[in-house]
Amino acid sequence: MTDDIFDWMAAANKKAKGKRPEYFDDPEDERMLSILMAVVGEVSVLRERMDTVERLLDAKGTISRDDIENYAPDKQAAYERGAMVREYIYRVMRGPHQMVQELEQVEPPIEEVSRELKDI
Amino acid sequence: MSTATPTDQKLDVAPPYNAVARHGVSPQPSHDEVARFDFLANFNKFLSGALGPGNKLTYDKRVQPAFQKEHGRVPKNRFEIRRAMNNDPFHKFWSALKRNSMEMRQQNGRAMVLRQIDELNAKARQYNEGRDTLELNPAIEVPRYQNTVDIHCMPGSYHGEELIGDVSAGANYDCGIFATTAGGLGALSDGGGAALVKWIKQQRPGWEPRRVLDIGTTVGHNIVPLALAFPNCEFIAIDTAAPILRYAHARAQSLGATNIKFIQANAEDLSRWDDGTFDWVQTTMFLHETSGKALPKIIAEGYRVLADDGLMFHLEQPEYSDEMPLYEQFIRDWDAFNNNEPFWSSMHALDMKTVMIEAGFAANELFESGVRAVVDTDIFPEAATGDDEDHGRAAYWHAYGAWKNSDQMQEAAE
Repeated sequence: MTDDIFDWMAAANKKAKGKRPEYFDDPEDERMLSILMAVVGEVSVLRERMDTVERLLDAKGTISRDDIENYAPDKQAAYERGAMVREYIYRVMRGPHQMVQELEQVEPPIEEVSRELKDI
Repeated sequence: MSTATPTDQKLDVAPPYNAVARHGVSPQPSHDEVARFDFLANFNKFLSGALGPGNKLTYDKRVQPAFQKEHGRVPKNRFEIRRAMNNDPFHKFWSALKRNSMEMRQQNGRAMVLRQIDELNAKARQYNEGRDTLELNPAIEVPRYQNTVDIHCMPGSYHGEELIGDVSAGANYDCGIFATTAGGLGALSDGGGAALVKWIKQQRPGWEPRRVLDIGTTVGHNIVPLALAFPNCEFIAIDTAAPILRYAHARAQSLGATNIKFIQANAEDLSRWDDGTFDWVQTTMFLHETSGKALPKIIAEGYRVLADDGLMFHLEQPEYSDEMPLYEQFIRDWDAFNNNEPFWSSMHALDMKTVMIEAGFAANELFESGVRAVVDTDIFPEAATGDDEDHGRAAYWHAYGAWKNSDQMQEAAE
């Protein structure tokens, strides 16, 4: 790489100065979650783009790339798209969300329930 | 149990990034860059609203009972709670998700800004070149409390440059506030500044300050609304970082706030200004980014340059008083250790009243107040407080203020 080329893609990935906290026992899990979350974000981006295409096609029948890039939802569409992203987040975040519910209601193991049912 | 059916309820969703107002140096987002911030805004709502309450549940049900069993007592302070919580599977996972959200916000913002950095620099130059309202001083050093780590995980912090003389630090900081606050600061992310205008108009109707000093102005969000509300007043906005000031000045000029002079200066030394120069000296969400020794110096210098009957006003997150439950102190401390805010924890444990009295104020001149961001609630949300609060980012602040020698001034007038 020559000095006069500014690689903005590499620059966008610059690490913030300051040691990163470790959340998991295995450092590879940190990397895996960061990749997974980036993909979760990008799937949301694709869904929003698809929604833009569908709305423009509904309204105009035919569209250009410029139409997509310049699309701005009206208030109702903005709300519907917000709801779409929210629904998507709830679907992919089911696991951690159910951890909250497990905390609300501690449950006995199914083996225990099974033994219990045998006798009633 | 909710009784509203899916068809008649209004879901709490973030406004779209398209609703953010553009100014003269705003990066132009592509469709997908908008969608990235839309995702993050809604994801942050999910983290604080749907998952956040799990932290308190796991503390009450698992962590605190286990701590008590092991030590024969409850935790003594927020640090003991943090160390215990950092071993809890739920809190660890929640923290890892939140840290990733912060890192994604930085990557997404920087990718948008840096791909168009030449255009942004050119736009900024149009507003900056030849104007005497921007004064940069290369002799001002970046204070150690600003470069030991990159504050709130912002790569390069406020003073970083990717290209010589660029404005990327400011543009990235500005654009991503939407994502981290889920639109809570309004169309120009200036809900704090708008709140200052509303507050002062209620407190002192008709008051016209002659000169105002804004310390640690960053991109000038919170001073532009005041400058527009008091067009005849002279505003001085200072910061130690040149890149952020270049951006702030261009942003303010493009929004018509031409009565602000942006100066590269360190507030620990305001010797270029005489005693009593300003009618109003303020900071907004800045003091927690300083240090134990710098903070009292800044308050003392601010007191010196403040005129009699002038206002000192600082907006911050609430301080950790003895009345605040230890769990709440712990959760409000998350950013200190997980989002590169190394002075956050000690700053919020400071008794600001004592600091202000040591700077010269009389105890009876001090007041405290709560200030909520003023946003266009037709599009942008009002800041959530209570169970849904996104601690550290909620657009609801604690104000520490004082009117200098106001009693004497009143007596003299009578």
